[in-house]
Amino acid sequence: MLVLNPAVQAQTAPQSGARLRRVLWRVGKFLMVIVLTYLGLLAVTFFIGRVIPIDPVLAVVGDRAPEHVVARVREEMGLNKPLWHQFYIYLDKVAQGDFGTSVLTSNPVMTDIRRTFPATIELATLGILIGAGLGVPLGVWAAVRRGGWVDQLVRVMGLIGYSVPIFWLGLMGLVLFYAKLGWVGGPGRIDVTYEFSVTLESGFLLLDTARQGQWDAFRNVLSHLILPASLLGYFSLAYISRMTRSFMLHELSQEYVVAARAKGLSEARIIWRHALRNAMVPLVTVIALSYAGLLEGSVLTETVFAWPGLGLYITNSLQNADMNAVLGGTIIVGSVFIGLNLLSDLLYQWLDPRTRAP
Amino acid sequence: MRHSTPVLNRRMLGVAAACVLAFGSSLTPAFAATPKDTVVVAWAIDDIITMDPGEAFEISAGEIMGNSYDRLVRYDVNDPSKLVADVATKWAVSADGKTYSFELRPGAKFASGNALTAEDVVYSLQRAVLLDKTPAFILTQFGFTKENVKDKIKQTGPLTLTMETDKAYAPTFVYNCLTANVASILDKKLVMSKEVNGDLGYGWLKTNYAGSGALKLREWRANEIVALERNDNYYGDKSKPARVIYRHIKEAATQRLLLEKGDVDIARNLQPQDLAALASNKDIKTTATPKGTVYYFSLNQKNPNLAKPEVREALKWLVDYSAIGDTLIKNIGVVHQNFLPVGLLGASTERPYKLDVDKAKALLAKAGLPNGFKVTIDMRTVQPVQGITENFQQTAKRAGIDVEILPGDGKQTLTKYRARTHDIYIGQWGADYWDPHTNADTFVRNPDNTDAAKSKPLAWRNAWDIPELTKKADAAVLERDANKRKVMYDEMQSDFRKTSPFVMLFQQTEVAAMRSDVQGLKIGPTSDSTYMHKVTK
Repeated sequence: MLVLNPAVQAQTAPQSGARLRRVLWRVGKFLMVIVLTYLGLLAVTFFIGRVIPIDPVLAVVGDRAPEHVVARVREEMGLNKPLWHQFYIYLDKVAQGDFGTSVLTSNPVMTDIRRTFPATIELATLGILIGAGLGVPLGVWAAVRRGGWVDQLVRVMGLIGYSVPIFWLGLMGLVLFYAKLGWVGGPGRIDVTYEFSVTLESGFLLLDTARQGQWDAFRNVLSHLILPASLLGYFSLAYISRMTRSFMLHELSQEYVVAARAKGLSEARIIWRHALRNAMVPLVTVIALSYAGLLEGSVLTETVFAWPGLGLYITNSLQNADMNAVLGGTIIVGSVFIGLNLLSDLLYQWLDPRTRAP
Repeated sequence: MRHSTPVLNRRMLGVAAACVLAFGSSLTPAFAATPKDTVVVAWAIDDIITMDPGEAFEISAGEIMGNSYDRLVRYDVNDPSKLVADVATKWAVSADGKTYSFELRPGAKFASGNALTAEDVVYSLQRAVLLDKTPAFILTQFGFTKENVKDKIKQTGPLTLTMETDKAYAPTFVYNCLTANVASILDKKLVMSKEVNGDLGYGWLKTNYAGSGALKLREWRANEIVALERNDNYYGDKSKPARVIYRHIKEAATQRLLLEKGDVDIARNLQPQDLAALASNKDIKTTATPKGTVYYFSLNQKNPNLAKPEVREALKWLVDYSAIGDTLIKNIGVVHQNFLPVGLLGASTERPYKLDVDKAKALLAKAGLPNGFKVTIDMRTVQPVQGITENFQQTAKRAGIDVEILPGDGKQTLTKYRARTHDIYIGQWGADYWDPHTNADTFVRNPDNTDAAKSKPLAWRNAWDIPELTKKADAAVLERDANKRKVMYDEMQSDFRKTSPFVMLFQQTEVAAMRSDVQGLKIGPTSDSTYMHKVTK
């Protein structure tokens, strides 16, 4: 785990020189870890991408190109150079901020990611809000009323969450809530009617429609978002509620709970203010990692719901050995994991004073 | 541990329930059908990699080009053997059969408002040759090179031009090739204004538009949407819909839901089971057209067992054509045993083979393999290819042939096939342009069977060395009498059926399902001849 110490910076003691050195050393170490992580990530992805038995030239020229065209494109793409040289060229460009162009979409990779990532973030954020917003209280309830109907419900939901393919559940959700009941919008991010009345600014359709005051379109976007987000939410809920339950059971058996009861604190206060607060410490990591998992893009959900997100983009690129796009996507996914890891570390320190370095 | 104190009090629950209800009711969208002047199509359009007609060679891109770019001539979708005028109103070939001349219709304009003249046509054809991207071979096969194209394709007046080929080809062949997307006419002024470092506007045109067709490209967002709009400058009948929107929907079941719900007007990638389920829905109807795509098993002649003529024939008797036709490709294909798809000049409909295990066994015994042999097959994990392969595995087993299936992704199996390291491969081939030479060129031509060959057609990929058939195919493109040409293709197909290492399976039928109020949709035989601008609803 990466541990940063913001508290250190606030100190103004006489030994500030030594403290500053210590802070610099920590920041330097942290940056070093980040750089090495990225480098490793890129190297592994790059070499895997090059050893998979797919000819990257095929994605550019197709199956019908005459041999001289194939040979020329291979040369242009630098595929005749040794692997380490190709990797060096790639890194050199990345260092200058050039992530290359996707051969599938003809766009710079970062333009594609700016387009696909907001779609995934929007979906994942709503998904995790649903998952954590319902999963934590349900888990608490299940722990408190152990063996009760909520506990059974959480168990069954967890079981379904683990065993039913998301693909199938998504399709069934569409059949029921979209096709039969008409409660929600269908596949895609927005109805065709609004497709050209909304100007894409941030790429987050909820934000864009709200900022442009197009409340009809906003509702439409929400109606398209709610079903896939609930589906993703359900799957993280299944996990989060189980984890919450077991963390809570652990906390409720601790002596401080007995002491609190002896002091006559209300049960609600004991559960929500004391036990849950302690259970939150490991729970933050669980939630952050669930969120990171959703941000990677859920390929199957994105396929069923025709959601133009990051998961589909990376998968499609990988199947075509479109390495610039795959590497660009990997950097983003890597950043999400590193970022959320860092965030959960900071939250850790905030929630649990014991983890703060002296 | 049980506690009597309420943990979640009633008030909290009430608030939560109220929130859910309020949220739910505000979400219920007003389900209007698609806008009246807009045709919405659900289609897998992730194959599109460029919008430049000089480079685009993908199925979905083909349809976009066919609707948004004009060319000199087109073929009649109702009778593909007939040519019809597009931008050219007159065309003729010289007595020696090498110089083609064209006269353009006066007053034609591009969507940009620029006039369409012979200069644009000459520029567009030259540009395709100079760029030399994948589809350029359709033009360069007439002897055009980067060096000579400026002399061979020339403007002779404001509205006239000539094109000189290196040999006296069959005129049908030349004209048919000019109906292809690569011969689309570009707005020279516009494209050249976007030129960067002498790239002939290549960088810009990849994602932009410079044509004169009935519809113009408004936007392409890869893997998401293609939006076309009526071009008011079009010379002919204006597009009936004001807009045509293709939505990228990969999953067939999702397409079906959208169609049933009325959120799309047309669905293009439905599976046989979806089509069967929709048959009883009175709000949905379908239209179907045989396409220029054939599916086949091919046998690599580098494998000593598969190289035996008796084995090649035996495998043709080990496919259960009727079971495949009745179930796996029902509504989406027709059993076909020739390399020319029906619709192309000279295509044969002969079907001599059926499942006959005894005959196959006798042939295997004659080949010295009475107990069969082991062999692998590379297969893409998509339907109906997967079902057909599994069916073949069963029938081959009955003759003692042990077929091991190697499943893979499309590009993966193709990479192996192109390196000719497979045993058996199940593949498909679609016509590149509407002339029999497109398929003859790949199935029965193999000018050089060595590993370093310059051209690597399907015959090469299966190491099928055929100097005689190659000569016949070369002669057929030079035969100027269409009837004689037809006979030549008939002979080649007859030879091919008997001796080739290709077990031809079926010809694809493309089916589109649409809402019952949609009128005027006809799927064209090639990807660029489905005209959305004729659709009303």
